[in-house]
Amino acid sequence: MTATVTRETSADRTRPVRRRGISGHLRQERRAGWLFVAPAVIVLVVFLFAPILMAAWVSLLDWNGQSSPFSGDAEFVGLDNYRGLLLDAGLLRSDFMLSVRNTIYYVLFNVTGVVVVSFALALAVNSHVLRGRSFFRTIFYFPAITSSVAISVLFLFLFQGAGVVNVVLSWVGVDGPSWFTDPRGVLHIVFSWFGVDAAPGALADTSLGGLSLWDWFSGPSVAMCALITLTIWASSGTFMLFFLVGLQDIPVELEEATAIDGAGAWQRFRHLTLPLMRRSIVLVVTLALISSWQVFDQVFILSQGAPAKTTLTPAYISYVRSFGDGQFGVGAAVAFVLFAIIIVLTLVQRWVGRERRT
Amino acid sequence: MSGLLERRRAARPAREAVPVVLTDRYSPLPRKVLVRVIGYGLLALGTLLYLGPFLVQVATSFKTDADAVANPVSLIPSPVSMAAWEIVAGSNPAYSVPVFRWLGNSFVVTISVTLGRLIIDSLAGYALARLRFRGRAVVFAAVVAVLAVPGVVLLIPKFLVLNQLGMFDSYAGMILPLFCDAVGILLMKTAFEAVPTELDEAARIDGAGVFRTFWSVILPLVRPALVTVTILSFQGSWNEFTHFLVATSDPDLATMNLGIARLTAGDLQGSQQFPLKLALATLSTIPIALVYVFFSRYFMRSGSATGLK
Repeated sequence: MTATVTRETSADRTRPVRRRGISGHLRQERRAGWLFVAPAVIVLVVFLFAPILMAAWVSLLDWNGQSSPFSGDAEFVGLDNYRGLLLDAGLLRSDFMLSVRNTIYYVLFNVTGVVVVSFALALAVNSHVLRGRSFFRTIFYFPAITSSVAISVLFLFLFQGAGVVNVVLSWVGVDGPSWFTDPRGVLHIVFSWFGVDAAPGALADTSLGGLSLWDWFSGPSVAMCALITLTIWASSGTFMLFFLVGLQDIPVELEEATAIDGAGAWQRFRHLTLPLMRRSIVLVVTLALISSWQVFDQVFILSQGAPAKTTLTPAYISYVRSFGDGQFGVGAAVAFVLFAIIIVLTLVQRWVGRERRT
Repeated sequence: MSGLLERRRAARPAREAVPVVLTDRYSPLPRKVLVRVIGYGLLALGTLLYLGPFLVQVATSFKTDADAVANPVSLIPSPVSMAAWEIVAGSNPAYSVPVFRWLGNSFVVTISVTLGRLIIDSLAGYALARLRFRGRAVVFAAVVAVLAVPGVVLLIPKFLVLNQLGMFDSYAGMILPLFCDAVGILLMKTAFEAVPTELDEAARIDGAGVFRTFWSVILPLVRPALVTVTILSFQGSWNEFTHFLVATSDPDLATMNLGIARLTAGDLQGSQQFPLKLALATLSTIPIALVYVFFSRYFMRSGSATGLK
């Protein structure tokens, strides 16, 4: 501090010289600006923007991953990869449609589940009445910092046929399924309770994207439910934090005023907390939606798409087609379709969740 | 958004600060008891659900294979078996898993990525927050655009570029692409913007150059943001999986996560050797868990800061 003061006086003495130095400083600043952002820009261009452009090119090729995609060895096939994915009847399209179906159910159940669970956790650890809040917060957040690989291995163990989950279920008299080998759709199981075991004619005959409507309405398979449980469990801690930030933004005075006006806990929650948490809920739904469309790690470790392809996801298809079958063009095309799906859904979701001003 | 949790808590430091009407201090006793029983009951259930699986994991790593299959829920191994940990420690000559190789790779990558990100993010964040140069708006827009790109979409593209640059199966290929960190750049930018500009001007008048001002005057003032970036990078690159999966095929370059994933998804299918797999999973969780136990508050602050994404 003292050094600063003495130098300041010396700066005063040389003021005329300094004045000229200011424009010099601007020039220096301009140069420094680019120097400072250069590493970030180089990394982003080389490892992010360039790869996306390369992948866009590769998605138009029939390229097997050997040699260079720019050498001309690989055949240019135009939009064939996209056509095979979305239009032409065949194994690729049926796999892709299955993966889309699986992911839609995964997203629906996962987003709903994670919002409810993490909101409940946030309310609990934000309660005015209970003690030990930071302790519980620490526990609930722990799965969120653990690696998806470690958690997947753990869940593989928990959901074994005679594993922890089924043993605990048997305590309450429930006969648990053999999770990772059960391809039955949950909705199909529910239908069968009402005596609907096979597809009614209309549903079996009408098909969308090569998949009958009966198959579209299967619900997540039992195996997928294990994956959904894993994701809800592992990600609810993070979303709890977002909700907590939102809850702590609600002015205590407002809660106090409504309480004095005689609103009970439930009424306060319904008419004060929920409306004020709208922004947080929209944020969490958006983030959960984006991340659930990308599910990959769990599938890779837990199920590899099995049983009966009911845990196949677009990201996993993209990986397996590229690295397993050497069809990098197809893999890249899947990635771009997935990209498009995520962007469209995010936009739709933004629009639905926008602030309505009256 | 970073630090919001802390600030709110500081603004409401003690329970006394909560208005009496929002507590149950004057509720009738039976109601008070009921609320607490339900409240703590739910928290206890939550604790069981969130902590229980980890306890099962650690307990199972000390079981024999047969015991793990027969008594999966029991938290007390009988008999206690060190077999899994002996394999992990490399003291079982009959069966070896290159755990030290994996750990070493994980540490090399994690430390490099964290250091790299700290440097790149703070430089870029400072330039975007403070320095006037042509093209700043474009760079900023590009960084924000990166946030919109879903990571898994980059799986194939990253492989393509590494292949083209001859960086496939190399430490460079594992580390450099992870330097892309838009969240970190924006966090640092926000932090720098909160520092009064008078400080830069004072430093400049003192004759300090741009770098000197950044390094000795401003950077020490954004230490909380640096901690946040460190935690996010450490956690992110230690837990990273998909990037290493597409960037390498050489088993010698496998990180902890990649090694475990290959072992589980391939070699030892089914219900085989769960104690070993869970011992490895435990080992891979220990570094993060250790840091978390001591710095959980910083972790949570960092966690809520990623809401930027």
